[in-house]
Amino acid sequence: MAHSVRRDAPELPDFSLLKRLARDQLIYLLEQLPGRKDLFIEADLMSPLDRIANVTTLKQHDVDKLYKVEHKPIVSTSDQMVRGCFLYPLTNWFLFPDVVNADKAFGRFRRYKIIFSPQKFYACENLLEEQGIFGDVTTDEWSFYLLPLDDDIISLELPEFFRDYFLEGDQRWVRTAGSALHLLHSVYGPFSKVYGIGRCSKMAYESWREQVEEGEQRARQAEIGNVFLIDRDVDLVTPLCSQVVYEGLVDDIFRIKCGCVEFCPDVTSSDKSIKVMLNSQDKVFNEIRNEHFSQVFGFLSQKARNLQTAYDKRSGMNIKQMKTFVSEELKGLKQEHRLLSLHIGASESMMKKKTKQDFQELLKTEHSLLEGFEIRECISYIEEHINRQVSMVESMRLLCLLSLTENGLLPKDYRSLKAQFLQSYGIEHLLTFSNLKQLGLLVEQQPGETLTVMESRVGKLVNDKTAGKLTDAFSSLAKKSNFRALGRRLNLVPKSDEEYDLRVPRDMAYIFSGAYIPLSCKLIEQVLERDGWTGLEEVTRMLNGHEFAVTDARVKTDSQRIILVMFLGGCTFSEISALRFLGREKGIKFIVVTTAITNSARLLESMLDNHA
Amino acid sequence: MWASLASHLAYHVTTVINSVCVCVCVCVCVCVCVCVCVCVCVYRKIELYEMGWSLRDGLKECLVAAAPYGGPIALLRQPQRPSSSARPQLEIYSSSGANMASFPWKSGPVRQLGWTVCDDLLCIQEDGTVLIYDLFGAFKRHFSMGNEVVQNQVLEAKVFHSPYGTGVAIVTGASRFTLATNIDDLKLRRLPEVPGLQGAPSCWVVLTQDRQTKVLLANGVDLYILDNTSCTPVVRQTQTTYSLLCLIILALSPLTVCVFQTPPGLSPQACSIVNMAVSFSYKYLALFTDSGHLWMGSANLKDKLSEVDTKVRTPPKQMVWCRRPKSQQPSVVIMWDRLLLVAGECTDTIQYTLDEESVCVAELDGVRIIGGSRHELLQEVPSACQDIFKIASMAPGALLLEAHKEYEKSSQKADEYLREIKEQSVLGEAVRQCVEAAGYEHEPETQKTLLRAASFGKCFLSNYPPEPFVSMCRDLKVLNSVREYTVGIPLTHTQYKQMTVQVLIDRLVYRKLYPLAIEICRYLKTPEYQGVSRVLKHWACCKVQQKEEPDESIAHAVSVKLGEAAGISYSEIAARAYECGRTELAIKLLEFEPRSGEQVPLLLKMKRSQLALSKAIESGDTDLVYTVVTYLKNEMNRGDFFMTLRNQPVALSLYRQFCKHQEQDTLKDLFNQDDDHQELGNFYVKASYKEKKLEARLSLLQSAVDEYNKAKNEFAAKATEEEMKLLRFQRRLDEEKGEALLGLSLQETLHALLTSNFHKQAEQLYRDFRVPDKRYWWLKLTALAEKDDWEEMEKFAKSKKSPIGYLPFVEVCVKQHNKYEAKKYVSKVTPEQKVKAHLAIGDLEGAAEAAIERRSEGEISTVLSRCSPTTDRALLERLNRARSTAAKK
Repeated sequence: MAHSVRRDAPELPDFSLLKRLARDQLIYLLEQLPGRKDLFIEADLMSPLDRIANVTTLKQHDVDKLYKVEHKPIVSTSDQMVRGCFLYPLTNWFLFPDVVNADKAFGRFRRYKIIFSPQKFYACENLLEEQGIFGDVTTDEWSFYLLPLDDDIISLELPEFFRDYFLEGDQRWVRTAGSALHLLHSVYGPFSKVYGIGRCSKMAYESWREQVEEGEQRARQAEIGNVFLIDRDVDLVTPLCSQVVYEGLVDDIFRIKCGCVEFCPDVTSSDKSIKVMLNSQDKVFNEIRNEHFSQVFGFLSQKARNLQTAYDKRSGMNIKQMKTFVSEELKGLKQEHRLLSLHIGASESMMKKKTKQDFQELLKTEHSLLEGFEIRECISYIEEHINRQVSMVESMRLLCLLSLTENGLLPKDYRSLKAQFLQSYGIEHLLTFSNLKQLGLLVEQQPGETLTVMESRVGKLVNDKTAGKLTDAFSSLAKKSNFRALGRRLNLVPKSDEEYDLRVPRDMAYIFSGAYIPLSCKLIEQVLERDGWTGLEEVTRMLNGHEFAVTDARVKTDSQRIILVMFLGGCTFSEISALRFLGREKGIKFIVVTTAITNSARLLESMLDNHA
Repeated sequence: MWASLASHLAYHVTTVINSVCVCVCVCVCVCVCVCVCVCVCVYRKIELYEMGWSLRDGLKECLVAAAPYGGPIALLRQPQRPSSSARPQLEIYSSSGANMASFPWKSGPVRQLGWTVCDDLLCIQEDGTVLIYDLFGAFKRHFSMGNEVVQNQVLEAKVFHSPYGTGVAIVTGASRFTLATNIDDLKLRRLPEVPGLQGAPSCWVVLTQDRQTKVLLANGVDLYILDNTSCTPVVRQTQTTYSLLCLIILALSPLTVCVFQTPPGLSPQACSIVNMAVSFSYKYLALFTDSGHLWMGSANLKDKLSEVDTKVRTPPKQMVWCRRPKSQQPSVVIMWDRLLLVAGECTDTIQYTLDEESVCVAELDGVRIIGGSRHELLQEVPSACQDIFKIASMAPGALLLEAHKEYEKSSQKADEYLREIKEQSVLGEAVRQCVEAAGYEHEPETQKTLLRAASFGKCFLSNYPPEPFVSMCRDLKVLNSVREYTVGIPLTHTQYKQMTVQVLIDRLVYRKLYPLAIEICRYLKTPEYQGVSRVLKHWACCKVQQKEEPDESIAHAVSVKLGEAAGISYSEIAARAYECGRTELAIKLLEFEPRSGEQVPLLLKMKRSQLALSKAIESGDTDLVYTVVTYLKNEMNRGDFFMTLRNQPVALSLYRQFCKHQEQDTLKDLFNQDDDHQELGNFYVKASYKEKKLEARLSLLQSAVDEYNKAKNEFAAKATEEEMKLLRFQRRLDEEKGEALLGLSLQETLHALLTSNFHKQAEQLYRDFRVPDKRYWWLKLTALAEKDDWEEMEKFAKSKKSPIGYLPFVEVCVKQHNKYEAKKYVSKVTPEQKVKAHLAIGDLEGAAEAAIERRSEGEISTVLSRCSPTTDRALLERLNRARSTAAKK
């Protein structure tokens, strides 16, 4: 990193322990069925499982064959079956009773065990009972809550959390989040302070406290100081913006899955695609992951030159030096070389996709939306975007961004844009729009309360404070985003006329080319600075409240500067980058716990209703 | 040395005399066995209590049952004058004779009384009904021993204890046995018929062996083993033929593993067995024959321990084993009307005369003898006590006791005794003996003396572990307090250890001795969860049953008492209140329950489903919510169910989730109920996509339109109508032209039409659906470019003024790598976009011209940035110049 780093940043706790815990429990569960067995795994669980226990480990514990659960009849010869099932309600899961009943019809005796992860729900047992096979299977729970993706990222791998909680109002994962927090607390706690904002955060916090009170408490050295809980719906703008930080961009384009990305052939410049783990172990990646994309190429070419020099050292060497070079450095260099060429390939491919004219325009539109500038032009750009059928998700993203930043669309625009969209992508999106509306992502301004108009008019008459209050009064009428007001109060959108030097970022806005500081991260910064919510009353009111700050006076800890941030509903790589930046500036370390890594595409795809 | 020994002896004489009032070491029985070793057993009879009851005729004409481990005593007294109107009286007393309950017996004639392991009274009636009462005479429940019994009547019954709980065995008038191993999990087993048995057998016992419950019975001369499947006769023959016959038995019943054999060495002159007894642990068996012989051996009839001729030929009234767990001595107590006899391994017996009607109760380490006025414990004197108190004992413990005695008297002899012990280096052993012996003593003074001596000896030991001493002191304190007359639980230390503190606390709680139980818990520092809290919970459960007190005051009293205790489950207390029919109180108590999840099951039971639902939601446990919802679904009618859900959004959304995956139709009903037309519309739209047939699809969409109209969502209604229109259009076209258009979006349809040269139809769609001009132009443009129809494109461009300008034409052409065509449109592009258009076709000069003409600094820069080193120098200069002039402006 080019910029200054505070030297006194604390060390992060070791999270590989979580993996070990999960693995041990899984093995224990497998050993409960002695003898050879087949293991059927829900597709969603495949990659997380691979990170916990690979095939060799499973084979060591008498797992004969591994199957991915699909919509196909299950053929297995083993006497025992273990099912790793991820979630209820599962579509594939319903196949299972058929297997049992088929076996019964053939008079075949097998032992079945269903392992639910991370939680067994009452409904699961209920269903087994309804299917009449409750007595034939044993069920178990693999409480695998937390998957450490990197040194500072832990994921609950619950991508459905966002839809289930925020759209469907289904609270079943809240307890899971509470349990995850409980696990972290019991291994790395006790935490001295807990801040949070959002209804779900509050419920997760309460669920966790309940579990703490039920269990016994041990006094131990705290490795994590403070905790910050945040609901995704507090800040929906940030995940909808195009990511331009390297790691975020890789996620947007190639989709990082469980910390692993598959680079297609045109990146690898060979005829097969390669799976690459993206984490801090990858030296090259570690240095560019948080960089703005425009800087990455320069860095990579510098790196390539350095590598060349390192290789070139060989020429002037005597035999002995050569020997040490080969034994010590060469392997590292080779490895670095391989990674470097991969990342250069990836950058090139991204460059090709993104530096085209339309991407620049897209970014420009996004930035104008964030700034609240030239809205008419933006709307016509979006219209054109829809008409030309560039990309369904992208169009939807822009629509949502427009609605969020403008506090809803004018009825005329709302209708015409929606009609255009339906004509382009089919009427089934009527349901999608209804979902978006319910979530407040894409709404219509109610006639008579066009907020921006009202606000500006009132704002001229009275001072800012009353205007803020009026805004609140409006916001209580409907679920609304007060993006503009928030932006002004928290100074989220830096003045556009200044040049922003992306090489030396001065604030978190660099992750969006200096156009916008992510609201979520800004909130965290503010709360940590103020040590609570005092002075942020208006902000929280605009965010629909539910903020809390709890201090555990009993806990005295020196790990105050290790802060765990838990995103309920997912977070983006850009936000993680922003927090890393903030951490470097303030000399603290952030640990990000999220229900899943998300981005605009994942967020919006979860809103589609065609998967039913 | 000799002097000290003499005084020691003298002392012992006095101690023995002193202790007569406490422990009556009445008899010393020295028996010589067949083997060479000489065994010495000493028995003592301790008076536990003078009975507090006042029974006019003692235990005469009474059916008596006393529970082991110092449990309660139940008496069923037959009326004085046998008349039809007089009813027998059932009375329950504590071991010290304090009355706990007394009521007239109104049910049928009782055959047998017995106690369960948890101190409940079983009354087995003649008709096979077993009634269960609690310690205070409150009726709990009843069960029957089978239909067959009703006609044949119960002749005899026995209550027995096994690792599975309390069991009941009966023999009916039809000479059939029925067993229930555990009355809490009632499974009746009718045992096979016994050949030749008429009426009741002469005697029988229930055995528990190898996880099986069996009946051993004697019918005159014959012995039989009854198990689940078979009745095996135990053959009594001389030793020679025994093995042969055993083989025959094996051959006859190959399924039964033949572990039963003839009782070895039973005297041949004995004709029939008149009484038998099995030991507390089911390990040993004693048989009494009509010849007055007592055979003792293992319960599997394999080994004989001894045989004694009692010289009494009358059948005994009662016979019980009397031995302590680790003792090697078999000993049986046999009781006749006026005589009590202890028979051991030797031929001599100890005899006591009984001056009143008594009952023997077998205990783990002795026999309790309950009489009309006294309650005594007869047991083998433990070796530690024997060693210390034996006359002229030189055991380390005895010497230590003596040393301490002298020390108290400030005599220097104390030192002499101590030296003597130390010389043998058995001080540790001496302390251990004193501590152990203290545990066996019942009199607190004796206990104290022994413990003081132990503590005295401990002072001279550097590394003696303190635990045994401390825990013994504690145990004794607890034991003495429960042996107290008012409590009346005469537990011995051995029994206490076997029983565990937990169980003792339970028993105290069951006797409603809450303060004592709490004191003991606190004294023993039992963790709150298992100790004080548990007692308090029971107290509260009992409190809520007090019918006379109003709800308010009970709730208040409970909350005040339980306020501070950890781990109290109010829901359990509330459940008890509900069982007593005090629903209001139960609800009040539930309010105190901090964990809302705990409240739910009871609330459901009390049919307070609404409250249960809101509590479940409060708990945040969706599983619980789901449980309540499923319950409600089955309990309520649909309308009410939906109404309930309507008020609980969390539950509603959960149920909706469930319906979405499981019951689509219910979902529809749910929306209908709520008049949620918007969601209904969405529902129909979704359903239409699953439908394959067009007609059905259209009708579903029509329903959606209706719903949307009702929801005043004109936009959605119109969009759906248009979709229907589109579908119809697509079908017509599919039929006419054979295009596969059905299901495509409008855009896709248009695109498909345009690429397939159906321009007229596309035109029609464009008009019908009022497709915006811009979209249509874009569409047509790309479609034409894709199939390289440049001619048509040119015509199209000229047809009228393009609403999207002409830059897209240029770009589309370039995209299709047709720069030639692209150039045609550059001239038409508006001045603002000229630069872009020129750049798109790679015409740098043209772009430069346009930019300079427009004098726009930004555009000039864009052109400049596209310049490469190979670009014409002159052009570059011109551009730079133009830029600087533009900048000046």
